[in-house]
Amino acid sequence: MAVHFVRPKLPKLAPDPWAIQFDQDGNLKHLLTIEGLGPQWVKRILDTAEGFMSVTDREIKKVPLLRGRTVVNLFFESSTRTRTTFELAAKRLSADVLNINLSTSATNKGESLLDTLKNIEAMQADMFVVRHDQSGAAHYIARHVAPHVSVLNAGDGRHAHPTQALLDAFTIRRIKGDFAPLRVAIVGDILHSRVARSQIHVLNTLNTGEVRVIAPRTLLPNDVEKLGVRVFHNMREGLKDVDVIIMLRLQRERMEGGLLPSEQEFFRLYGLTEKKLEWAKPDAIVMHPGPINRGVEIDSRVADGPQSVILQQVSNGISVRMAVMALCMGARSEN
Amino acid sequence: MIESLDTLLDRLGNQLADKIRDGSLNEPVMVGIHTGGVWVAERLHASLGLKEPLGKLNIAFYRDDFTTIGLHPQVSPSLLPFEIEGRDIILVDDVLFTGRTIRAALNELFDYGRPRKVLLAVLFERDGRELPIQADVYGQRLELTADQQVKLTGPEPLLARIVTRKED
Repeated sequence: MAVHFVRPKLPKLAPDPWAIQFDQDGNLKHLLTIEGLGPQWVKRILDTAEGFMSVTDREIKKVPLLRGRTVVNLFFESSTRTRTTFELAAKRLSADVLNINLSTSATNKGESLLDTLKNIEAMQADMFVVRHDQSGAAHYIARHVAPHVSVLNAGDGRHAHPTQALLDAFTIRRIKGDFAPLRVAIVGDILHSRVARSQIHVLNTLNTGEVRVIAPRTLLPNDVEKLGVRVFHNMREGLKDVDVIIMLRLQRERMEGGLLPSEQEFFRLYGLTEKKLEWAKPDAIVMHPGPINRGVEIDSRVADGPQSVILQQVSNGISVRMAVMALCMGARSEN
Repeated sequence: MIESLDTLLDRLGNQLADKIRDGSLNEPVMVGIHTGGVWVAERLHASLGLKEPLGKLNIAFYRDDFTTIGLHPQVSPSLLPFEIEGRDIILVDDVLFTGRTIRAALNELFDYGRPRKVLLAVLFERDGRELPIQADVYGQRLELTADQQVKLTGPEPLLARIVTRKED
């Protein structure tokens, strides 16, 4: 894919590299990563999402909050679930939505990323929802857009996928309530997962009792402990007393060389089966950001079983994305 | 200047009871607008002895000043625990001022269905309308200056006072 993208350099002297997410008055303007949000903003997003749940339940699933605003989905990497839930969220807020799939578009004709951006900006867009296969892409775009434009990161490389992490936290909170007594295990391909990184940040921001990662050494980043997690290489030990199990997709397309012997071997050791699920607490819930690989990281009987909340995650994702859009495009100052 | 709230609530309740008696309201349901309107509606709902539970409307997602004021951090969702299609609805708010809140409430209400009739009941009606919206019944009419407003605190005890906005 011929995307002309320069990895951004974060200013070394900036005391808080995530400050770009807020405007001068301290209001959320861009959502690029969970870092820097703090518990107040994370809770505010979740509370706002709770308010939007009622809109989804009624006959006319639409409120006029963003009427006349234009949301542009800029997807440099394909995605169905994330793009459609962002699209639905924007439509339920009455915004107009433009979907641009750049993996097959102008960038293939040699146009630079910034030229593409300026062109779409000239169409009076108010928000860019960006998915890109390179880490830092959303930051780079946020730095270069016109002042009135908000940028939401819908996944950048291995770096972050903040709305996915927020909808996971929202799903956990709706079912389990308080985070302090919870043990949450994230299982599988942590190394290639932007979702895992954002999940760890959001769970620690909300003061989760214990965040665990369970994976073979080859699928864990170096220094993973520094993110504030307990590391396990064995499912039986790692799942003991766990309240929430988050399974991750094995990202074969991002793997170089022999990180794994085979999918069968991975499933035998780390795939979530009914038998392994018994090692967790009896009321543990099973989550997965999707798309799921049945028989690779999760058995169908678990994915479709009574403890699975995988489809609730998808529905909750709409309310959470509505909340983030409304907060980012709302007032620049609150009286 | 403000009459006792008990007197005002009685007056409102009596006017509504009359309308139910003479048939201009047919088996009405009541909807209060968050938050002051809900407090007033709770009292009216009890005194009228309405059978169906009270509905609550939070118009935060329908405000026309979203771009300048933004979203309140804690939007408690609207709750209409009945079908509104074809029903008579008593819409209750604490103060009718510009009419913009009522405009937003009507828009939201119609996203739930098509009521047969909507009647507006407010505790206080004051000058300053910016839209062609009037109350059908009200407790007291107030004439206030531009920098004055009625503030309701509640739910227990329910109190109303006139405050003068300080110059910034």
